[in-house]
Amino acid sequence: MTHSIATTSQGSDERSLLQDLAQETYALTKRLFLQLLRRPSTLIAGILQPLIWLVLFGALFSNAPNDLLPSGLTYGKFLGAGVIVFTAFSGALNAGLPVMFDREFGFLNRLLVAPLRSRSSIILSSVFYITTISLLQSFAIMGTSYGLGYGWPGSAGLLLVVFTLLLLVFAVTALSLGLAFALPGHIELIAVIFVANLPLLFASTALAPISFMPSWLGWLAAINPLTFAIEPIRAAYSGPVDLAMVVLHAPYGDVTGFGCLFVLIGITVGLFVLISPLLNRKLA
Amino acid sequence: MALIEIENLVKSYGKVCALNGLNLNVPQATLYGLLGPNGAGKTTTLRILCTLLSPDSGHVSIAGIDILKHPISVRKILGYVAQEVAIDKILTGRELLQLQGNLYHMHYSDIDKRIRELNLRLDMFDWIDRRCGSYSGGMRRRLDLACGLLHSPTLLILDEPTVGLDIESRSSIWELLVELKSQGTTILLSSHYLEEVEALADQMAIIDGGKVIAEGDPENLKNQLGGDRVTLRVREFSDEIEAQSVRNILESIQGVSQVVVNRLQGFSLNLVVDNQAAVNRMRERLEEENVQVFSLSQSRPSLDDVYLQATGRTIMDAEMEVLKQRDTKAEAKNSMR
Repeated sequence: MTHSIATTSQGSDERSLLQDLAQETYALTKRLFLQLLRRPSTLIAGILQPLIWLVLFGALFSNAPNDLLPSGLTYGKFLGAGVIVFTAFSGALNAGLPVMFDREFGFLNRLLVAPLRSRSSIILSSVFYITTISLLQSFAIMGTSYGLGYGWPGSAGLLLVVFTLLLLVFAVTALSLGLAFALPGHIELIAVIFVANLPLLFASTALAPISFMPSWLGWLAAINPLTFAIEPIRAAYSGPVDLAMVVLHAPYGDVTGFGCLFVLIGITVGLFVLISPLLNRKLA
Repeated sequence: MALIEIENLVKSYGKVCALNGLNLNVPQATLYGLLGPNGAGKTTTLRILCTLLSPDSGHVSIAGIDILKHPISVRKILGYVAQEVAIDKILTGRELLQLQGNLYHMHYSDIDKRIRELNLRLDMFDWIDRRCGSYSGGMRRRLDLACGLLHSPTLLILDEPTVGLDIESRSSIWELLVELKSQGTTILLSSHYLEEVEALADQMAIIDGGKVIAEGDPENLKNQLGGDRVTLRVREFSDEIEAQSVRNILESIQGVSQVVVNRLQGFSLNLVVDNQAAVNRMRERLEEENVQVFSLSQSRPSLDDVYLQATGRTIMDAEMEVLKQRDTKAEAKNSMR
């Protein structure tokens, strides 16, 4: 029996742009999840690290006087929002690493030689993947936080938490993907991740309120994007959701829940606009 | 009819000019070989054809489609097997092929059918469901070829497909390429292995310094040269001064031409003789000059001789020269998107 390896019958029906986009994006996303399934260490580490923060930092300040923090929050409850945001932030900051490795090992060229309907599917698959992972990790932290007695947001609060996290994850993923195409290799990308990660955490309201900080650090924390994600989530954990309520007492003035979300939306849109020319050039 | 038409292609990496007005026509349903030393511009040409790289200037069309204006249409009809095998070590071979099929928007049933066909032809049964990280070089290359063939391309572009492979893997890839050509696929293959191009190509071009310096049927190219090739050694390991003085003697002998000192072969001398009488004259003259002959071999012209005739140096010499001039940083930057 002879087999022609050069040709085969293929479907001749016309396919829509959306069908093609869905097929290529699904295939690329599936690849990333298969990698995760077979190498789950990054997912596990991404949950373990913030868990350790939560348990150790929670214990460290567990004996702090109840009236020390604003609104009489316990430190554990105060810390929960910070660790949830830190988890999502750290996960999203790593979004560029798989893309960087694909660039370095030439796998990206395999994708670029294929007749993709839109090379945005490469970016879209990374965004889907990182968003899912970051949310999974954040929910794991929220569950643990609940188990430790640090509370659980109501249903409206949960929606606010998810919405806020999505905005943060989109923004940081855009930044990380931009870096993955702008930097020469994974060493440089990892260096940027290392440098950005902890300072951004400490210069935010994740671990302490602005009122505890020296003036210069208070200013830094008040303009740190993480703070704009932490405060609405903290408010969602503190009581009924009211976005018109002031959630951040910044040196430049009070900021409401709406204000925080608008800032996050602005940062997300701004970052995607900022990296678009780079992505267009690299994926042209 | 030419499937690939390249006109006056120019591409530079920093200050180094990789392509310097390259012209090439590849006929349909042929196996076309691109031969040249490393750094001659072969990979750059192939990367432009695959739409991975934009030229600085020039025109390229595949099957009448301008690749710069309609890159997606071109990508649909070509398969590319790069020099470096880019596989995802975490996926299995089958999963990689499925991914490839989805990126080419094939129907799921067609993907499975093609995987079955390629599995059978490339004998991948034993390992296709194992993770790619455990594959040998030959397995990786076969899988890479299967990826390039999955969507049944009209044109298959291969960049140094057998580099670093064992003899068995190499010959099985050669067999496959011959089979593909017989089934109507046009194959453009770059190589710096003379014997590979000689054995496979119907048509070929020799590239040097970013230009085509000779093209045609490999047999015709060799026959056009005429004369026999002689390699002469005066000692097992000579030196440059000695080799140059013998070269001066040889150049004065009637019927002897193109005398070149081959530094990479211990300063041996490569030359062309018109006939046997010229060889005899050469022996007599060397004896008169008290020059001992350690070894003398005579052969019909090879493709290396075609290259030597066109450039005045051997492919090995050219590789050494080009190696010094290459801006590897600029090339790496350009090859990594």
